Amino acid sequence: MMDGTLEPKAAIDGAAGEARRHDSADRHVAGAALYADDARAPADLLHVAVALSPLAHGRIVSADLSAARAAPGVVAVLDAGAVPGENDTGPVAHDEPMLALGPEGGVACYAGHPLFLVAAETRDAARRAVGLARIEWEKLPAILTVEQAMAAESHVAPPYRMARGDAAAAIAAAPHRVAGSIEIGGQDHFYLEGQIAVATPGEDGEMHVLSSTQHPSETQVIVARVLGLPASAVTVEVRRMGGGFGGKETQGNFCAAAAALVARATGRPAKLRLDRDDDMTMTGKRHAFVIDYEAGVDAEGRILGVRFVQKARCGWSLDLSAAICDRAMFHADNAYFYPAVEIVSYRLRTNTCSDTAFRGFGGPQGMLGAERLMDHIAHALGLDPVEVRRRNFYDRQAGARSVTPYHMRVEDNVIHEIAAEVLASSDYAARRAEIERWNAESPVLKRGLAFCPVKFGISFTTTFLNQAGALVHIYQDGSVLLNHGGTEMGQGLYQKVAQVAASELNIDLGRIRLSSTRTDKVPNTSATAASSGSDMNGMAVRDACRKLKNRLAAFAAERFGVSTDAVRFEPNAVRAGAETIPFEALVKMAYLARTPLSATGFYATPKIWWDRPAAKGRPFYYFAYGAAVCEAVIDTLTGENRILRADLLHDVGRSLNPAIDLGQVEGGFIQGLGWLTTEELWWDDAGRLRTHAPSTYKIPTAGDRPEMRMALWARGENREFTIRRSKAVGEPPLMLANAAFLALSDAARAAGTGGYPALDAPATPERVLAAVARARA
Amino acid sequence: MDDAIRFALNGAPVAVRGVRPTTTLLDWLRETRGLKGTKEGCAEGDCGACTVAVREVGPDGRLRTVPINACIQLLPMMHGRDVVTVEALAGPDGALSPVQQAMAELHGSQCGFCTPGFVMTLWAARRAGLAPEPAAVAEALAGNLCRCTGYGPILAAAARSLSQPVAPWEETDAAVAERLSALGADGPLDYAAEGRRFLAPTDLDALADLAAALPEATLVSGATDVGLWVTKALFDPETIIWTGRVAEMKAIRREGDALLIGAGATYAEALAEIEAPYPDIGALIRRIGGGQVRAAGAVGANIANGSPIGDMPPALIAAGARLLLRHGSARREMPLEAFFLDYRKQDRRPGEIVEAVRLPLPAEPGRLRCHKVSKRFDQDITAVLGCFDVAVEGGVVASARLAYGGMAGVPKRAAAAEAALVGRPWTEESVRAAMIALERDFAPLTDMRASAAYRMTVARNLLMRHFIETTQPHVETRLSRRPAA
Repeated sequence: MMDGTLEPKAAIDGAAGEARRHDSADRHVAGAALYADDARAPADLLHVAVALSPLAHGRIVSADLSAARAAPGVVAVLDAGAVPGENDTGPVAHDEPMLALGPEGGVACYAGHPLFLVAAETRDAARRAVGLARIEWEKLPAILTVEQAMAAESHVAPPYRMARGDAAAAIAAAPHRVAGSIEIGGQDHFYLEGQIAVATPGEDGEMHVLSSTQHPSETQVIVARVLGLPASAVTVEVRRMGGGFGGKETQGNFCAAAAALVARATGRPAKLRLDRDDDMTMTGKRHAFVIDYEAGVDAEGRILGVRFVQKARCGWSLDLSAAICDRAMFHADNAYFYPAVEIVSYRLRTNTCSDTAFRGFGGPQGMLGAERLMDHIAHALGLDPVEVRRRNFYDRQAGARSVTPYHMRVEDNVIHEIAAEVLASSDYAARRAEIERWNAESPVLKRGLAFCPVKFGISFTTTFLNQAGALVHIYQDGSVLLNHGGTEMGQGLYQKVAQVAASELNIDLGRIRLSSTRTDKVPNTSATAASSGSDMNGMAVRDACRKLKNRLAAFAAERFGVSTDAVRFEPNAVRAGAETIPFEALVKMAYLARTPLSATGFYATPKIWWDRPAAKGRPFYYFAYGAAVCEAVIDTLTGENRILRADLLHDVGRSLNPAIDLGQVEGGFIQGLGWLTTEELWWDDAGRLRTHAPSTYKIPTAGDRPEMRMALWARGENREFTIRRSKAVGEPPLMLANAAFLALSDAARAAGTGGYPALDAPATPERVLAAVARARA
Repeated sequence: MDDAIRFALNGAPVAVRGVRPTTTLLDWLRETRGLKGTKEGCAEGDCGACTVAVREVGPDGRLRTVPINACIQLLPMMHGRDVVTVEALAGPDGALSPVQQAMAELHGSQCGFCTPGFVMTLWAARRAGLAPEPAAVAEALAGNLCRCTGYGPILAAAARSLSQPVAPWEETDAAVAERLSALGADGPLDYAAEGRRFLAPTDLDALADLAAALPEATLVSGATDVGLWVTKALFDPETIIWTGRVAEMKAIRREGDALLIGAGATYAEALAEIEAPYPDIGALIRRIGGGQVRAAGAVGANIANGSPIGDMPPALIAAGARLLLRHGSARREMPLEAFFLDYRKQDRRPGEIVEAVRLPLPAEPGRLRCHKVSKRFDQDITAVLGCFDVAVEGGVVASARLAYGGMAGVPKRAAAAEAALVGRPWTEESVRAAMIALERDFAPLTDMRASAAYRMTVARNLLMRHFIETTQPHVETRLSRRPAA
């Protein structure tokens, strides 16, 4: 019982809104945070290696695996014939043969397509045995590029169209017409921890899979599908990933299913950890796009009508390409109002890896198309690119110029305010003048400056995915264990959700523990993706905490003879009328009085709907906004380039954790910068990816980081009822890097004689030099 | 002859037997010793997630601490060294070391997978006395990739921890040196396991004799290339001869008007001697690999294995360097450019070793310039490298050495372009003539680094850049490393 003299603390430690470090930070720096490869290996663990197709498209005429089977240490060699269930890992369509080689041969659809598995006593033995197989191939014609796929009408899904008004007529009637095209390269995720899974067989066919996956529930479904088991027999667990970025939303499924197949076939635990080169060769990436644009504009640069054709290279299977290409269309407007608009999307099937989710999920490409158009309009009309952008912004208040190409009204537009603030804080106008002066004196190096807004729609556009579950236990000692469907990949989700729980229960963060995400704790979850992790799981945890609080309040009211209204959750204590009881004491009392201290929570995002045939609806609950000003310098003799400075202002609503959110802004920006500058995926004429390792695929290093001035928008608040009025932050800041790309384009313009540089992405030295040449043409 | 690999791991001496010599340090740490803090990110020395610190007594007799990539170091190469992993940094009561504390407090980790590698690089940098200056820190961290943070918090943690005293519980260099000498690993090593042999002689004559006697053996210096053959191509040689224990191979000394650079001298060691006479070669070395690779890879050894993508050969060729080779006791010397016969084909006989590089000191310091073009500034393989030494006397080109990388299967001089310049006035017209002449020197290839057309354009433009730099020094022509704020 509470001693009335004890002063309760004024506030809890670690409430939502506090800038706390990552929950695992101390373990990260000590090397004590455990990843899937770090779990103690059972003595009978088998190691799995995968044989990959050397051809982009080929039929297996014959396969002799006997030498592999006979190799030292080899325990099993498994092809599709060993699959008890369905030999398919496709997450949406069942169009992904997991192992291309079966008893009757088979067809490999890209260079890197898994053919068969070798399980051995050591990883080395398994890898060596893979090379001993003798396979005879019949080469089939391969489609590798957007152009080839368009010509062959090779699609993974039907073309899709969104429109409002008569774009063609508006363009035709406009005083000025601007048209062009931009090529946008893909991007490898380059999560530092590669794909991995460890499968452990249990009794009665049960399978436990420790997986590096952003989507445990889907991994569970696919393991069950491959093994021919009910989902209830498969448990997927993930404590943390060493980075995901979308690359483990579906791409972890193969390793999980392959390890589980070996475990099933041998009765022994099995681990598959991909070598980095194999990982980059096998797994899908950000989609490469070609975007054609055509706009009719007035003399002030206001768009009257616009048409985009987005051609996406999707690779050999559907994966998530339909939703990704949809999101590219949803972001073809970025923050701009199009009075008449048509967006056509082609989802092209090629004999390359199956491209997949990557932070932004099509949004970055769609948005870059819009930014290229704005830049091109400003250039064509001789206008200030900032002014052109501002004139085309959606209205400040929802009004006539507030309807998106998909007929959703933009009700929460704050881009005017954010743009004004970042343009002022970055000293844009004065720097532009200074740069022009500097350029006039510098014949070889040229500098450029650019501003870009970001408006990014938050919600899975596949409406049913917008649901989340949680499970919260309060133990007798007052300690709390949280589970939810979200996975931790470095983004700080666990910490943010724990802070939500701390605030809801009004107890110190230190009393709350988050355990690994498991499908047997919270079922039927959605991927930790679409920036939705804290929005959805935070709300589900809130729901569970509220149930528990209600039960504790009802108990306290009864015990102390007050109404439930008179029960208050104070910091680490509960006040019931005149009594104040420490939280853990009340919990103990409630337990003894047989009060249930475990609750599930659930959340389904409200308001959203989508009519796909009509291309109308409200696919997004709300929008996240941001804006950037970037400065770049290029060498006009070589095309070498560098981003000098980046001013970023981003809206996260009321931040759940400003330190973590700022980390997402900075990290997202630099990742976007890599996508648009140094990170080039290069396939040879035979369709083999030749940039399949960090030696040839160059993500930014510490020295590539420009001078950064970043801020979370101080006035941010979500007008929708999200968890504590915060906004999602995972993806939107990546697109702030569009400003860096346009600054490079601006520098190429400055080197020219009036031509439009039409810079393609990524802006490697070679592409920048080509843009300089166009600017001089 | 010692038959066990003797080194110190986290303060305790170990003697390893029975482990295949191509086992990497990383695999041994993780799988045999259960030290899971050190991570595998790429298994090729590019991402730095596997970084550990290695301490040894350097050629100057002083203890030094360097970061290395455990993923491409063969375990026997730890013989006689002191290895520190992330698990060993905390204090006796579990307190985090200053670098760990700074990384945690300043949000230097997100997913955490790269973090131990960053911690170890910074820890080694602190022990080595690196100044907390942004450019130096960015250079030191070029071999560590982070995909989450955008680096700002890590740079902040670096600035803080490099300015702080080391943890009070850390051993002094003298204590470490004492442990190393107590290992009793001074003599040659003849290690064998699983039918494979690893030999590490300790003097030059023995090395030359061994190599001559075992011409099929694989010579290893820093394993920055051979390590990848092992991890990626599953290379499994019967015999390895490691040059790393031969002090003469690492020596760099003045001989007349030249520097004699032992073939085993690492990039980091060479940098210290080359940078003053050849500032541009110094700047080039600072961009090779990451700090881990520069601490292991050797200038001469990388010439010896004939990598067609190395940055040093064009620079050294432009400087007029010569190569010293030795077969048993027979020595020969040749201009460096003569060593490169064809793509991956060198003028090195079986059993012959590269002993040293003879680098003439420049007549005019700063005259030789290097122009490296790559997609990324740090730690990237060059698309085109132009290294030019043009001597102008009385306005006329007296001599020109124009060496290129990335333009052919071998590093090569541009003979036609040189001829177009020599004896001509150093004018834009002459330079343009040389630019045109380059098409007679090179027919470059298209690959993942650049197209053939781009390579030719840039090869030409680099001559123009050189001309502008020598005639209009006020014009800015370089995107140098920009210190991160």
